[in-house]
Amino acid sequence: MNGRSVVMRRGLAASVALLLIFLAAWQWGPGLLGVPSFIVPSLSMVAVEFVHAWQVNHLLFHTSVTIAEVMAGFALGSLLGAVVGYLLGMSPTAEFALSPYILALQIAPKVAFAPLFILWMGFTVYPKILVAILIVFFPVMVNVLTAVRNVDPDLINLARSFKATRAQIFWKIEFPTSMPPMFAGLRIGSTLAVIGVVVGELVGGNMGLGYLLTFGEGQANTPMVFVSIVMLTAVGGLAYLAVIIVERHILHYLPARGVRGDF
Amino acid sequence: MSGSPISDVRRLEYRNVTMRFAPTRGRDVLTAVRGVSFSVRDGEVVSLIGPSGCGKSTLLSIGSGLTAPSEGEACVDGARLEGPNAEVALMLQKDLLLPWRTVAENVMLGVEIQGMPLPERKQRAQELLSNFNLAEFSNHYPHQLSGGMRQRVALARTLAVDPHVLLLDEPFSAVDAQTRIVLQRELAQTLQRAGKTALLITHDLAEAVTLSDRVLVMSRRPGTIIDEITIDMPQRDNPIARRHDPKVNDYVARLMDRLDIAHASLDQVPAGDAA
Ligand SMILES: Nc1ncnc2c1ncn2[C@@H]1O[C@H](COP(=O)(O)OP(=O)(O)OP(=O)(O)O)[C@@H](O)[C@H]1O
Ligand SMILES: [Mg+2]
Repeated sequence: MNGRSVVMRRGLAASVALLLIFLAAWQWGPGLLGVPSFIVPSLSMVAVEFVHAWQVNHLLFHTSVTIAEVMAGFALGSLLGAVVGYLLGMSPTAEFALSPYILALQIAPKVAFAPLFILWMGFTVYPKILVAILIVFFPVMVNVLTAVRNVDPDLINLARSFKATRAQIFWKIEFPTSMPPMFAGLRIGSTLAVIGVVVGELVGGNMGLGYLLTFGEGQANTPMVFVSIVMLTAVGGLAYLAVIIVERHILHYLPARGVRGDF
Repeated sequence: MSGSPISDVRRLEYRNVTMRFAPTRGRDVLTAVRGVSFSVRDGEVVSLIGPSGCGKSTLLSIGSGLTAPSEGEACVDGARLEGPNAEVALMLQKDLLLPWRTVAENVMLGVEIQGMPLPERKQRAQELLSNFNLAEFSNHYPHQLSGGMRQRVALARTLAVDPHVLLLDEPFSAVDAQTRIVLQRELAQTLQRAGKTALLITHDLAEAVTLSDRVLVMSRRPGTIIDEITIDMPQRDNPIARRHDPKVNDYVARLMDRLDIAHASLDQVPAGDAA
C-alpha cells in the first residue's frame, strides 16, 4: 500500500512536469525554431482563438453536436455489436456462415463509407452516426463473441447439472463472463466513435467540430484547426472516461490491477 | 462395519455402461469405458480409482446425466437418467466459483437456478457457510479466499441443493496436503451427518481408503471395474482416526497391487490424454 502510494505520487509529479514542459514547448518552441504561426500557432494564439470561436463561431454548439453524435453512434453501435456477438457466440452455425462477410466488412475501412452515407442521407447528423455505429460495432462484437466462445464448458455443465434452462445459462453464466472483454471492446469503441463522427463531419455538413475544422482550414485559420483538434481530443477523452467509470462500477468484483491498471 | 446406516436401496446404479467417443482427427473411435456395472447404496460412500484416462470422469459425467452413455444406462433411485437430475450434484477439482458473485451468492447458485425464493436460499447459504466456518466470508469475493476456502465454498454450493447423491471428481487434489486432510474430515462428517450417498474419484489411495465404505478399481482404458474392496474399518466420519489405523496401509498396498503401479511406466499413460 505504502509502496504503491509512493509510486503514485512520483508518477503524478512526473506527469504534471511533462505537461508543463509540453505546454511551454508549444508556447515558445515555434518562435525559437522560427516556425511561422500559420504552420504551428503558439499556445496563447490557440487560447485566444478558443475564446473567439466560443463567442463568434458557436464552438459550444458544434461541440455539443459532435458529443451527441458520438453518444448516439457509440450507444447504438455497441448495443448492436453486443447483440450480434452473443447471437453468433451461441450459434456456431451462424458464425460459420457469416464469418467471411463479417471479416470482409471488418477489413473494409469503415470511414470510407462516409461519402456514401452522405449521398444517401444528406447533410444531416445521421450519416455521421451511421459511420460511428459501423466502426464501434466490430471491436465490441468480436470481444463479446470470443468471450462467449471461451466460457469454461465446466461452468456451463455446472449450471446444467442444476437443471438450468438455456436462458438461465445465458444470464447467470455467459453474460457476466463476457463483461470484462466487452468493456475492453467498449473502451476501444469509445475512441473509435469519435473518429467515425469526425470523418462524417469532415466529408459534409455544416455542424460539429469536424465541420469547424474544415471551416478553419478553408480560411487558413490554423489556430481554429488546432482548437477543433483539442476539442475533439477532449470529447474522445470524455467518452473514454465515461466507459471507465461505468466499467469500474460494474466490474468492481475484479481484483485491483495495479497502480493505473485502468489505462 | 462402518456404523453408518447403509440400507439396501440403490441410489445410483450403472448398468453395463459403455462410452465411446467419436473419432477425431488422427484418432479412431475411442472407447473410454466398457461394460461397467456397479451400484452405490443409500448412505454409502464409494471411491473410484484407476489410471489416468481410464474413464473415471466420464463415468461421473454419465452419472450426473450430463452425458448419455453409448450403451447401457445410469439410474438414480431406480429410474433411468435422461438428463441432469435434481437428486444428483457434482463437484469438480476446479472450484468453478463465479468471480462476480460473493461467497454466499455462489453457494446459492444451484438453489437460485432451481427457483428457491430469496429469503429461503439466503438462510440455507448462511447455515452451510457457518457449518464450514465461512460465515464471516459470506460477502467476500472468491478471489479474496484461499484455495482451501474456495473448495469449501464449492462443497457448500453442492450441498445447498440438498441432493441425495454427491458426485465428487478429485475434489481436493488441487489443495495442499494439510488443507486436504482438514477438508477430507469436513466432507466425511458432512456425508455421515446428512446420510448422503457419494461417489468419489481420487488418485490418492489413502483418501480412498479413509473416506469410503468401498473402493472400486478400474483398469486402463477401455476402463472396466477390475476389483472391489470393502473397507472394513470403523469411523467413516473420521478419516484422521482411520489414518492411524495400520489397516489403512494394508488396503493401500492392496490397491497399489491391483493398479499394478509397481510395473506401470509413464509411457503407458497416454500423454496429453488426461481429461
Ligand atoms: N468429450 C470427449 N471427446 C473425446 N474423448 C474424450 C472426451 N472426454 C473424455 N475423452 C477421452 O476419454 C478417456 C477417458 O477420459 P476421462 O476424463 O474419463 O479419464 P479419467 O479417468 O477421468 O482421467 P484422469 O484420472 O486423468 O482425470 C480419455 O482418453 C479422454 O481423452
Ligand atoms: Mg478425470
